[in-house]
Amino acid sequence: MKPRLFSRDSRLSDLITAHPSLLTLLTRLGISLGFGDRSIADVCEESGVDTDFFLLICNVYTFNNYVPSTVAILGTDMTGLVPYLEKSHKYYVDKRLPHIERHLDAIAKNLGGRIGQVFISFFKEYKDEVVEHFAHEERNVFPHISALMGGKKDTTYSIADFLHTHSDIEGKLDDLLNIVFKYLPPQVDDDNVMDVVYDILRLSEDLKKHTFIEEKIMVPLVQHLENAVLKR
Amino acid sequence: MKQRLLIVEPSEVIVAGLMTILDGQIRFKVLEPETDVERLEERLTAVRPDILLINPTLLADAGILRTEYPMAVVALVYQYVERELLKQYDAVVDIRDSRAQIIETIAQASPGEPEQSKSNYELTKRETAVLVQLAQGKTNKEIADALNVSVHTVISHRKNITHKTGIKSVAGLTVYAMLNNLIDESTLL
Repeated sequence: MKPRLFSRDSRLSDLITAHPSLLTLLTRLGISLGFGDRSIADVCEESGVDTDFFLLICNVYTFNNYVPSTVAILGTDMTGLVPYLEKSHKYYVDKRLPHIERHLDAIAKNLGGRIGQVFISFFKEYKDEVVEHFAHEERNVFPHISALMGGKKDTTYSIADFLHTHSDIEGKLDDLLNIVFKYLPPQVDDDNVMDVVYDILRLSEDLKKHTFIEEKIMVPLVQHLENAVLKR
Repeated sequence: MKQRLLIVEPSEVIVAGLMTILDGQIRFKVLEPETDVERLEERLTAVRPDILLINPTLLADAGILRTEYPMAVVALVYQYVERELLKQYDAVVDIRDSRAQIIETIAQASPGEPEQSKSNYELTKRETAVLVQLAQGKTNKEIADALNVSVHTVISHRKNITHKTGIKSVAGLTVYAMLNNLIDESTLL
C-alpha cells in the first residue's frame, strides 16, 4: 500500500505543517511561498508543476520506507525531474555548503594554527568532491535523460555507467559530524558548533533522499526510456 | 569471548563437514548455518556474527557488506575463484585445507583482540599507531611493514578505528588525530 497521506485536494499548508522539512523542497520544485490556503493541486497547477510528480517527491522525502513502484514512476509526468535535480544541486552548492562553510571557518579560526587549517581543508576537499560529483551528472546524465525524453537515441552514455560510478557523497559529511560534535576541544564550544551540527544533519538527510531519488526513481525511469528508444 | 561464526553455503554436505570440523572449538560459537543466500542480510541483521564464512561466488561485493555489518568475511573456496575477487576477503579457506589449517585460518581472521572489549571505545595502542601512520599518508602495506604486522591486521585495526570513532575517511581520521594531539605539525606531510 502506498503511504499517500496527502492527496491532491489537501491544503498545501497542511502538508508543510505536518512535515516542515518539506518547506525547503518547494522552491526546488518551482513553488513560491504565499500559497495561502489553496489545495496542493491548485498550487501546483498555478505554478506549472505536475501534481503527481510533486506528491511523488514529497512522499519520498516524508516516508523513509516508501519506494515508488516502476508503474507509479512511469505513470507520472517526469518532465520535471531533471530541472528538480538541477535545482537541488544548485541549492546544495550555492546555499547549504557555503552556509556550513561560514560556520566551519569561524570554528577553524577559533582552533587556530595548523589544526584550524587541516580542519577547514577537510571540508573544502569534501566540497570540491561534491561539486565535481554534481557537475559530472549535469554533464553526462541529465543531457542523456533530456535526449531520451525527447525521443532521441543517444548511444554515447548509458545509465548503467551511472550505477557503476555513482559514489557516496554523504560519508565524509558523517565524518565531519562526528569530528564536530565529538572531538572538537571544549574551548570552541560556541554557537557555531551547535548551528553547524544541525546544518550538517539536515544536509546529510537531504543528500540521502537526493541519492535515493536518483537511484530509485531516476535510474528505473531512464532504463525504461533506454529500452523504449532501442525497440523503435 | 567466543567469536560468533555464521556459515552461508548452499551445499549441505559442505556445511555438515565444516560443522564437524568446528565442533568443540572453544574459540567459536557456530551459529545455525544458512543455506539460502537470499536470506543473508536478514540473518546478518538478526544474529550480527563476528565472522562470516561464505562462498565468494554468492557475494557481489564483500567490501560493501562489511561497511554495513562490521565483521570479518572469510571466503569459502572449493572451485576456481578469480584472485582479484578474493582480495576483498579477510581470509580464504579452501575446503582441501587440513582440519587444523581451516580452524587456524578462521581464528586468524576474527576481528576480536584480547586487549579490547566491546564497551571500550578508547583506541588501543596498536590502533593509535595505525592511525598516526594513516594520517601521515601511508598505505596499508607501508603501515604493515612499519609495524611488522600483516596487511590483514592493519585492515582489522582500521575497521576498529572507524567503528570506535565513527569516522571513515583518511582525511577525517587525520583531523581526528590532530585534534587529539596524536600527531603534530612536524609529522604531517
